[in-house]
Amino acid sequence: MAAAIEFRGVNKWFGPLHVLQDVDLTVEAGEVVVVCGPSGSGKSTLIRCVNRLEVIQKGEIVVHGQSITGPRVHLSRLRAEVGMVFQSFNLFPHMTALENVMLAPVKVKGLPGAGAEKIARDLLERVRIPEQADHYPANLSGGQQQRVAIARALAMQPRIMLFDEPTSALDPEMINEVLEVMTDLAREGMTMMVVSHEMGFARRVAHRVVFMDGGQVVEVQPPEAFFAAPTSDRTKDFLSKILSH
Amino acid sequence: MVMLDFGVVWRNLPFLLIQGFLGFGNFVGGTLRLAIPAIVLGFVLGIFIGLGRLAPQAWIRLPATLYVEFFRGVPLVMVIFWMWFIMPIVLQTAIPEFGVALAAFVIFEAAYLGEIVRAGIQSVPRGQVEAATAVGLTGAQTMRHVVLPQALKNMIPSLVTQFIVLFKDTSLASIIGFMDLTKAAQVVNNREIRPFELYLFIAVIYWVCTYSMSRYARHLERRLGPA
Repeated sequence: MAAAIEFRGVNKWFGPLHVLQDVDLTVEAGEVVVVCGPSGSGKSTLIRCVNRLEVIQKGEIVVHGQSITGPRVHLSRLRAEVGMVFQSFNLFPHMTALENVMLAPVKVKGLPGAGAEKIARDLLERVRIPEQADHYPANLSGGQQQRVAIARALAMQPRIMLFDEPTSALDPEMINEVLEVMTDLAREGMTMMVVSHEMGFARRVAHRVVFMDGGQVVEVQPPEAFFAAPTSDRTKDFLSKILSH
Repeated sequence: MVMLDFGVVWRNLPFLLIQGFLGFGNFVGGTLRLAIPAIVLGFVLGIFIGLGRLAPQAWIRLPATLYVEFFRGVPLVMVIFWMWFIMPIVLQTAIPEFGVALAAFVIFEAAYLGEIVRAGIQSVPRGQVEAATAVGLTGAQTMRHVVLPQALKNMIPSLVTQFIVLFKDTSLASIIGFMDLTKAAQVVNNREIRPFELYLFIAVIYWVCTYSMSRYARHLERRLGPA
């Protein structure tokens, strides 16, 4: 397997706050990595660095063999390669579901309207809401909105998908419809970094689970080992808190 | 008790409306002819001022901030007088009342409209910019396709309030002799001495215009749909 994302000695500060401390991690192509940890542990910041929503101050991040931390980075190419899904969906409220998905192919890739619409409709089919194409986000449920957001991120045909707590803002009955779409993606071989506390998803779908605390990667394990026999006390402590009920 | 005689309005109606309100006739003038370009140009300049106030580069942000703080701090009448007395000196040529008044209104109102634009842009959640950035839109594309359409909708109530203020303020152009509705009423009044009828009449005209503006704004807000 080839490396899709490599973090090499990554450090980041927000003012005096050292939010990422010497992070070394490699995500293989086609691999699904779930990142968990207490709030403020730096897990969201970590994945936001991959598409340069955040800039790191020290170290290097390499995406498909290309460094993305140097001064001369082709940002639009990087962002076409890396899709992102947010906790709060962030759909564009003044556009229909279809228009949300079509925007980037039309404006960034310069696809003609008809071609982009075909892609967008296929994607809405793939996230199982083709019938919502002409609805505005305000008229969709949270789960539907998040699936449109996944379709929007897929519209640029990325090879890597980043998920930043994609189900944390959802009502319980809607979590599964989003996780199912994500599971489909994983089965199709998408490289995924998922910040999530959905431990069931991590167990079933993840190849490896990363535990972060205080800006450091504390533990990286395949899910069976991660849940059955965590090596670090901080991981044990964290797991006991979130799995106790 | 004064006896009202609206005959004076009726006799001078063409002069008041066609010359004073619309701006067609022997004089350069017209409330509408001043207000419409002043609103359009003031808003365009206001968008640039508002964007400038939010620019990450200090050399854009500081002048824009200075501009806003300065023009919000001085009276409009003063700006009109400056333009009236200083523009001809600086430009070394005579400037007609229309040019002076238009420049004064555009420059003055852009400061207020710029603040409305800035607030409107800041009302768009940060996540919108992040989502647009993440799918690969450039900063300018993000502004044009994602931020401004949402910001504009949030701005409508404050914008219309400011447009109404501007519309009414055009009556101040009469002090440099611009033949707008107010000046036309003054001219007629100097001849016929019927201030009550004349000024009541133009008040009604101003009110009908501004009320239509606020009604249209409400309609627009509702039509712009969800979220």
